[in-house]
Amino acid sequence: MITDEILDKYDMTIGIECHVQLSTTTKLFSGADNDARDKSPNSVVSPIDFGLPGMLPVLNHDAVKLAIKAGLALGSEIAHISRFDRKHYFYPDLPKGYQTTQMYQPIIGAGLVNVPREDDSSFDVRIHHAHMEEDAGKLTHYGDYSLVDLNRAGTPLIEIVSEPDIHSAADAKAFATELYRLMTYAGVTNGDLYHGNMRFDVNVSVALKGASELGIRAEVKNLNSFRSVERAADFELRRQIERLEKGERIVQETRGWDEAKQKTNSQRSKEDAQDYRYMPDADIPPIVLNDDEIREIQATVPVLPSFYRQKWQPLKLDSTVVNALLASQDIAKGIQYIFEKGGENAARRNAQWFVSSVGPDDSGLAVAAIQFLPERFVELAQMVDANELSSTAAKTIFSELLTGAKSPRQVAEEKNLLQVSDDDAILQIVDEVLADAGSAKAVEDLKNGNDKVIGFLVGQVMKKSFGKANPELAKKLIRERIVQN
Amino acid sequence: MTFIADYIGRSARDNVLSAIAKAKDNEQYHALLSLTQERALERAGAVDRGDITGKLAGVPFVVKDNFLAFGAPTTAASKMLEHFNAPLQSTAVEKLEAEGAICIGKANLDAFAHGGSTENSAYGPTKNAFDQTRVAGGSSGGPAVATALDIVPFALGSDTGGSIRLPASFNGVVGVKPTYGTVSRYGVVAMASSTDTIGVFTTNVADAELVMDIMSGNDPKDMTTLADFFIPKQTIEPKRKIGLIKEFMTDDVDPEVRQRTLEYVQRLRNDGHTVEDVSLPIVAHTLAMYYIIVPAEVSSNLARYDGIRYGHRAQGAKTLAELYGRTRDEGFETENKRRIMIGSYVLSSGYFDAYYLQAQKARTLLIAEFNALFEQYDILLGPVSPTPAFKLGENTSDPIKMYLADIMTVPASLAGLPAISVPAGVNGSGLPIGVQLIGQRRSDADLLALARSVEEK
Repeated sequence: MITDEILDKYDMTIGIECHVQLSTTTKLFSGADNDARDKSPNSVVSPIDFGLPGMLPVLNHDAVKLAIKAGLALGSEIAHISRFDRKHYFYPDLPKGYQTTQMYQPIIGAGLVNVPREDDSSFDVRIHHAHMEEDAGKLTHYGDYSLVDLNRAGTPLIEIVSEPDIHSAADAKAFATELYRLMTYAGVTNGDLYHGNMRFDVNVSVALKGASELGIRAEVKNLNSFRSVERAADFELRRQIERLEKGERIVQETRGWDEAKQKTNSQRSKEDAQDYRYMPDADIPPIVLNDDEIREIQATVPVLPSFYRQKWQPLKLDSTVVNALLASQDIAKGIQYIFEKGGENAARRNAQWFVSSVGPDDSGLAVAAIQFLPERFVELAQMVDANELSSTAAKTIFSELLTGAKSPRQVAEEKNLLQVSDDDAILQIVDEVLADAGSAKAVEDLKNGNDKVIGFLVGQVMKKSFGKANPELAKKLIRERIVQN
Repeated sequence: MTFIADYIGRSARDNVLSAIAKAKDNEQYHALLSLTQERALERAGAVDRGDITGKLAGVPFVVKDNFLAFGAPTTAASKMLEHFNAPLQSTAVEKLEAEGAICIGKANLDAFAHGGSTENSAYGPTKNAFDQTRVAGGSSGGPAVATALDIVPFALGSDTGGSIRLPASFNGVVGVKPTYGTVSRYGVVAMASSTDTIGVFTTNVADAELVMDIMSGNDPKDMTTLADFFIPKQTIEPKRKIGLIKEFMTDDVDPEVRQRTLEYVQRLRNDGHTVEDVSLPIVAHTLAMYYIIVPAEVSSNLARYDGIRYGHRAQGAKTLAELYGRTRDEGFETENKRRIMIGSYVLSSGYFDAYYLQAQKARTLLIAEFNALFEQYDILLGPVSPTPAFKLGENTSDPIKMYLADIMTVPASLAGLPAISVPAGVNGSGLPIGVQLIGQRRSDADLLALARSVEEK
């Protein structure tokens, strides 16, 4: 058993590689449809993707544009000259016997990503580089045979390679999440994790605190959720420490993640590692870009999560709320819209309502409602500010606004949710409550200086008013009555 | 000898039938691997009805069997692709067909175009058109011999390190290896992507100009093609300054080859051109560069032949590794395997820098030496090969000796330069000897115009 005391002796170092499928219409080197979802096997495969003799790659310039966008989102330099290389290995899902990739001169250079944690702090992860490459097909194994589906072969990818700047499993998850936000905000991928639009390889090593060298690393490949990134990193941390504590060595190897058992398994060790015999691909001329072309693409990069984080600082939202809002670019846009139309209060209140009452299935609806009729959400917030609605009532109305055609005031009136803030009306109820025999003890205690019991009395007023009384006003009036007496 | 013009305006059906008859009469040369008779006659019918027109309407031709073309399997002269029927055609064939030309057959080559004699064909060697005991040269031996035997007026070949020029010189026909990127490589079984070029065999220079004019130009399916620059020239004016490469004229070169080359030089001088000796010292290293860079690319381009999707597949394999190993062992010829092994070796980690990268650096120096010469000379000249056609079997046991036949053709390939082989007479035994003209990139039309001016005298 690894105790906290033992864990504390070690430092963990993590680097992450992330494959991002680019959402182009066609494949990286052919005109075949790039959207293989729900397509029958081998139905979106051109002779080029199939590796027919005599076929030559034709570079998809839209893929290059998306890669540049992705690079700009990572804060990276874009290379003025980049080239494609061939990575050789034999596998039935690799039609040409090599993967076309960028080994020597990738299009995306060094960058930096600032990653927010859930506790308002943040950390930096340097990007080593990111390169373009093509995806392979897919093998499905049956008893004594396997079937090849090349629908995915030739899908454009970028592989983002981080420096080993991450030191906890939670930070690994936070980095993976931030990469997801950056890539989806930049609009370079559909971001469908279930369909493998983004896949993470996590390199983990541990070493005694203060050691001058990093430990031997193991790479856990093909993780397709943020949670599995965290779990796999944590599993590796404990597995590796357990070995070191027993005096065993860590083997440099590739490991897989078993989702069912929540553990990693050895797949192949470095000794079996293949020699990929990289070489330049003479069929594809270099990608040459000048500053103007890069600037032109820069102008098309949408605002990124950091923009909203910066803008929303005056709202003083919890970082958990901010991260929840940033999970989708559309939601972030919606809240920002309210902010611009209705100011800080309106944005803050709607942000809270959003996080507390909009489930993932409704978020599209919510975003549409906010974008089409932002003034309603602003009005809702203003009604709370003006004491016309309790926060409970406002939340109810907020949900109605997502689907209904009515204004918040109409909803409030129909549901009889408007707060009574009329002094006379509330005073009448206050007097009834104070006169009630059940209140006598509380009134007595209050007179004797026990201020806590006022809550009980306000509660009685609320009850009598069916929740419509403004509680602050009720409290004020109760005090006035007691003092008068 | 017949020329393209002799076939124009005649019945296309007669053209096709007589070409096929000549092909059958000359079967002993083994120039062709297959005939595409049925499709050829269909197309001939369309031409005769006027449904297909163009500059080459009804003119028969053959293609080296590494061009994807309809009507017969595209085998690359290998067992690997013995039954491979192409679902589409190469751009070069499509362009010729668009002008009405009719492919009547697929011509022999060294398997996957690896070789200089056509002896590496899985289906047996092609014999020299002038002496059946001698090699055709290679790798495009079949198309060269089909042209020399007058079966067809032109034939398509590919040239990676001399594969058009060498057999052209051995069989006394014109062979054009254009500037890298002149003709689309789409649909031609790849050998070495950085030096593969598509060219033509003809019986005179004017026909070569006509066919090159049709085939050249940018192809959106091949990113390495150049915008069309090839415009045949009426005359070669003003007179050119020509360099005779002295490293190609040493005592190691057959005396009769040197003699015919010097006679060609004299004809140029008689015509008012200047010819001076020039030196290209790095030539001594070009074979070493070539036999690193090209096998590296070969090992990569042949990786797709794995028995999974098409082509030969070994039967009864128990594991994936065994399937790959046996498929490739059974489907490839010895020379294919030799080049795959050399290529894999020079690309492997730890050797890449010492071999592949070093060879690429030397290639840059070669290009610089050529460029320096082209500052003073318009065109370079020399023999195509150190000897005329050698005996069948003479070099098969010694790959190095076989590779030496390429020593004069690989420099232009590595530098991407246009180079043509033109007939320069025969030796005492009646074997043809060719002269090679090498130009700057995109000077293809100049080379052909110069060769035509000599040919016409």
